[in-house]
Amino acid sequence: MADSRRSAPLSWTNKPAAKMSDVVEKTLTALPSLLSLDSQPGSAKLSSSSKLGNLIRGITELTSKHEEEKLIQRELVSIKEQVSSPNTTMRQMKELMVRAIYCESLGYEASFSYIHAIKLAQQGTALEKRVGYLAVSLFLNENHELLLLLVNTVLKDLQSTNLIEVCMALTVVSQMFPKDMIPAILPLVEEKLNHPKEIIRRKAVLALYKFYLIAPNQVQHIHNKFRKALCDKDPGVMTASLHIYLQLIQENPDGYKDLTASFVTILKQVVGGKLPIDFNYHSVPAPWLQIQLLRILSLLGKNDQNASEIMYEILDESLQRAEMNHNITYAILYECVKCVYTIHPKSDLLEKAAKCIGNFVLSQKINLKYLGLKALTYVVQQDPKLALQHQMTIIECLDHSDLIIKRETVELLFRITNAQNVMVIVDKMLEFLRVSPDDYTTIDLTGKVAELAEKYAPDNEWFIETMNTVFSVGGDMMQPDIPNSFLKLLSEGFDGVEEDRKLRLFAVDSYVSLLRGEPGKLPQRFLQVISWVLGEYSHLMEELEPATVLRLLERLLDMKQTSSETKSWVLMAMTKLCEGGASVAVAQQVSETYISSMDTVLRQRAQELQHLSQDSELRARVLPRDADLEPQEVDSSLSFLDGFVSEALAAGAAPYKPPHQRQEELAQAKALSLEPYGLSLPISMASCSIADRQSPTLLSISSGLSGDSTELSHKGGPTTLKLDGVKRVWGREGYLRESVEEVAQVEVPSPLRSPSQQAGADSSHSQTPTPTPDPEQDKQQLASSLFFGLSSQSPMCLMGKPEPTPNRFRRKTKGQGSSSSATGQTPSPLSSSPSTVDDLLGDDLLDSSIPSEPSVSSSTITLELSQGFTATAHGPCDVEAELADSDVKESNPSPSEDDGLVAADPAPHEDPDRPEDPCLSSHLPAELCEHGHSEITPLCTNQSLELSACHVQKEDSLVFVIFICNSSAIQQIQLELHSEHLEVSCVSDSPEVDVSSHSVTVYQYSLTVKRPSVHVEVAGMVSYQLCDGTPQNLQFSYKLPLTSFIRPLTVSTEEYGTMWLDFCHDTKQNLTLISDGEEPLTATLNVLKRKLQLGVVEVIGMEGILACQLLKDQPCLMHCRVHAGLLAVWLRSPVPDLPDCLIYHCQRALQGD
Amino acid sequence: MSWTSSLPPSFLQMQFMLLFSRQGKLRLQKWYVPLSDKERKKISRDLVQTILARKPKMCSFLEWRDLKIVYKRYASLYFCCAVEDQDNELITLEIIHRYVELLDKYFGSVCELDIIFNFEKAYFILDEFLLGGEAQETSKKNVLKAIEQADLLQEEAEAPRSVLEEIGLT
Repeated sequence: MADSRRSAPLSWTNKPAAKMSDVVEKTLTALPSLLSLDSQPGSAKLSSSSKLGNLIRGITELTSKHEEEKLIQRELVSIKEQVSSPNTTMRQMKELMVRAIYCESLGYEASFSYIHAIKLAQQGTALEKRVGYLAVSLFLNENHELLLLLVNTVLKDLQSTNLIEVCMALTVVSQMFPKDMIPAILPLVEEKLNHPKEIIRRKAVLALYKFYLIAPNQVQHIHNKFRKALCDKDPGVMTASLHIYLQLIQENPDGYKDLTASFVTILKQVVGGKLPIDFNYHSVPAPWLQIQLLRILSLLGKNDQNASEIMYEILDESLQRAEMNHNITYAILYECVKCVYTIHPKSDLLEKAAKCIGNFVLSQKINLKYLGLKALTYVVQQDPKLALQHQMTIIECLDHSDLIIKRETVELLFRITNAQNVMVIVDKMLEFLRVSPDDYTTIDLTGKVAELAEKYAPDNEWFIETMNTVFSVGGDMMQPDIPNSFLKLLSEGFDGVEEDRKLRLFAVDSYVSLLRGEPGKLPQRFLQVISWVLGEYSHLMEELEPATVLRLLERLLDMKQTSSETKSWVLMAMTKLCEGGASVAVAQQVSETYISSMDTVLRQRAQELQHLSQDSELRARVLPRDADLEPQEVDSSLSFLDGFVSEALAAGAAPYKPPHQRQEELAQAKALSLEPYGLSLPISMASCSIADRQSPTLLSISSGLSGDSTELSHKGGPTTLKLDGVKRVWGREGYLRESVEEVAQVEVPSPLRSPSQQAGADSSHSQTPTPTPDPEQDKQQLASSLFFGLSSQSPMCLMGKPEPTPNRFRRKTKGQGSSSSATGQTPSPLSSSPSTVDDLLGDDLLDSSIPSEPSVSSSTITLELSQGFTATAHGPCDVEAELADSDVKESNPSPSEDDGLVAADPAPHEDPDRPEDPCLSSHLPAELCEHGHSEITPLCTNQSLELSACHVQKEDSLVFVIFICNSSAIQQIQLELHSEHLEVSCVSDSPEVDVSSHSVTVYQYSLTVKRPSVHVEVAGMVSYQLCDGTPQNLQFSYKLPLTSFIRPLTVSTEEYGTMWLDFCHDTKQNLTLISDGEEPLTATLNVLKRKLQLGVVEVIGMEGILACQLLKDQPCLMHCRVHAGLLAVWLRSPVPDLPDCLIYHCQRALQGD
Repeated sequence: MSWTSSLPPSFLQMQFMLLFSRQGKLRLQKWYVPLSDKERKKISRDLVQTILARKPKMCSFLEWRDLKIVYKRYASLYFCCAVEDQDNELITLEIIHRYVELLDKYFGSVCELDIIFNFEKAYFILDEFLLGGEAQETSKKNVLKAIEQADLLQEEAEAPRSVLEEIGLT
């Protein structure tokens, strides 16, 4: 052992032997004498002579990454060999697992060991289990499918009498557990809340907390028990319950106001040192508990004076008790300060809290200073004076060498920005942006700068220049709504016609000079903004020739880094500008280049450019320039296409389906060849975006019929896609942006800037610091400009929320008349690419599926459970059904002595042993006779009517036959069927047909499965009139197994392969093999084939693949493998619940034998 | 960038904890939020690099994506936790310290080698102290009691073997 230590490489030699927690600040190099490692007390525990020790030592002796890789791969091969060997004991397995964990932690994959980790947790003794559970929690994350296999183990351990096993199970459950399986263990975990051992109670509380986080609905019913945990005599259990309460109160503070006094009492006791001394940390009583309670109190006291008053006293005490001496007290103080500033204010507490923040900020300890700044940022909106007090410190922090201090200061400045100091603060923010290496900060800060610029910009030049910097620095990372709202602002105008013109003119001027410089350095988003503005407003600059702008734009097209999205923006701008001989020449040349582009959008743009540059009259109509134009009527319902639609429908075109419906159907019928959809979907998207380049929401706004038009036009073939019809009316809409903007522009602008603000802006101009040689003076000047406007006459009041300062560039509210269309269609110029459309669709789908998902999954579980029960309770009955069913398949109807197949709902006179009426089968239509039918069972009877039914399995359908024997003279018999699982459609005579008296009438229905369930049921009602005219009705139901709808599916192995990957719903289970002389796999598959009509695709060795379909066209695939005397079955299908139902029937089929 | 949006909506939960050496070797990693293997690797690589590049007197906190990283160096080992932005960084620092105290008490003057060779023990202690990213038990005595009870079981079970081994060795 000592040897191993000596041979330790350099990497360890700096390790001092002293207590780690004590040597924090000690210089390590000053302790060379401690390097003799033998004297270390910890060494006795090292298992360095073990295999793991050898491995670790081996690795540290290596010099290259390559060697390490080789060694680990060898190790993994050896581990793999041993774990899969049947002779490996659990004890060895534990050792192997530790090594596998080690390899994984070095970054090498050992996924083969995951299943063995689960096995170890399952089969090992307590201490082996411990390693098994640890490995599971390290290897798998909570979404891993293997976790399902852990459920049984956890269940078993939760019931163990060994406390340590129970602890281990609870620990693993609190870290990761499959959401769907929570109900299985929930009762056991709940039970543990009453366990005599506090450690068990504590872990149970935390497990429930975890459940609450991942599936809140499932623990709804145990809220009372949480209260009990809160009152637990053990402080550990109580502390654990606070996690749940913090979460609950955050979601619904009003629901827990009654607990305020209790939390205050607990905090009082803690602060007063009433807890056992074990909970002290550096002589501070239970700091974690204190912090948790302070967080809860601040949630409860927020906007609630009554609740706040209860806590003032204890907050005061906490602020006083926490002496400034240790990190832990600072941590509590910070939480206290936040609480004081969150709840209903009390002036003396605020004063103390402010003093506390001051101490933090002024501290020499950098961690404390940081927290002080953070606290200041938090409170400064309520108390801007506090920033004023510490202005010099803040200035210093702004130049701090540590980026995080700088960052927090910038954040603080952002919070105190007003119209007076905006220029200096934005300047500081941009300065920080330029040095920040981190994308996340860039995105965050560019958004904030844009917000400030829009809100407080003192003048046009500054605004445009600031936004230029935002676009250049933010590049293609920034939030897309920044350029969007910038363009909107520019086009909608803000401050009167003249002011708008000046702003636009300045933008044009600025962009032209940028393009003359080095446009290659500008990000794509910025180029898009530039193109749009130039296209739209360059005419405002009279001395600027359109041809000059066109040439500048053309340069952008030639740059190789320009994206095709940007190119299409450029082409659009060119289309607006091509006026006059020189311009047209450039335009023609450009359009020539792109008219054959592979990119359909570009090609479309080039087409437009070509046509419109030749036809100036059309161009003037399509792209009107004068801002005074009347708001354009946009027929968003596309009603002008209605004629076309009805014609197309009459000609046999399929009716329009909205995209989400198509998507759904796509998902449902994946088995079909979907090649054409794959192609046409993007085209339709592209065509939409070509036509209107606007927010995809319009698609859903437009009425169904109008949607028809576009869809049909493209369905009709590529020729109809050329948008001729569309363009005529949509021509303007192609640039709908402008039309909407024009709406805005004609409105009378309202003066938005109050004179005082104007003055403020002006004065801040004069405040802008001029460089001075004296740094101190420099700082003071900076301070005066930064904190300008924060003095007492500032608009922000001390306690209340700051007054909303009017935006300088406030958007106009649009006239009511046009507002609906305008808001509905206001384009987001940058977000209209086809991919966005797809994304949105995807999102919608996701959104709609989310709420239903939990309920679906939970219902599946209960379904399964209840099925389990029925299976045991009515076992024979079900088997009967099964048998009867298989009889049918063999076209061998046999009279049965039982009506197991049918659950006849009110069946007053029913006698289970009553022989069936043999003559009924003679009424069965001839075309059905050739197929076997199930036994004919009575549904319901009364004096006058007798209903019986059976079902017939045809190859491609299932026919449900009802026989009505009318033994008296009743009339107007009507039959109605409905089912939650099935789609019922009538095959034969319409049900209204009268049943003549004293005869048998036969009704036929075709059934298909809507929603799979183990057994499906049709319910029905027959209504009739007695001779005297009194209406009567009888109800009945008919139940049949899902297997009646299963048919073999013929696919090749290759097709099977592709389908397998496409299907998303699956289930796995181990089934018993049948071995009656034959080879077990063949025997079992034969049974499944015979009883369930599964089609065998291929059998290779110990594996088999089978396929079937649920009527109609709902495939389900099965993969099975013989493993350890069992048949491991894996079912997959695109239809939810189908695999689960089918596995149930497989199980029954194999058991029934 | 939006990787945290998939996380459960927990209030101020710790996201992960990493222990690594001055040479950048990961010694322990505990993830309290579900992340793919690839993400985990990328995150730890990024963080190890960033933290090792920092100077000793710098702030123990740093901003990383939308999270706050709290780290502290003990001898040759760095302890690093990721918490949410609104969390209290100082208390996280003390969580790290309490963990080191626990290790120290358990191993008796803990050193990096203890953690390397007995990493599973270090995980057991961590699981007893922090559960699912939340402080589970803050009493040092209670944590160690729980660990020792489990260990006791282990020693009883292993006792016969180690005796045999000793005989075989000597």
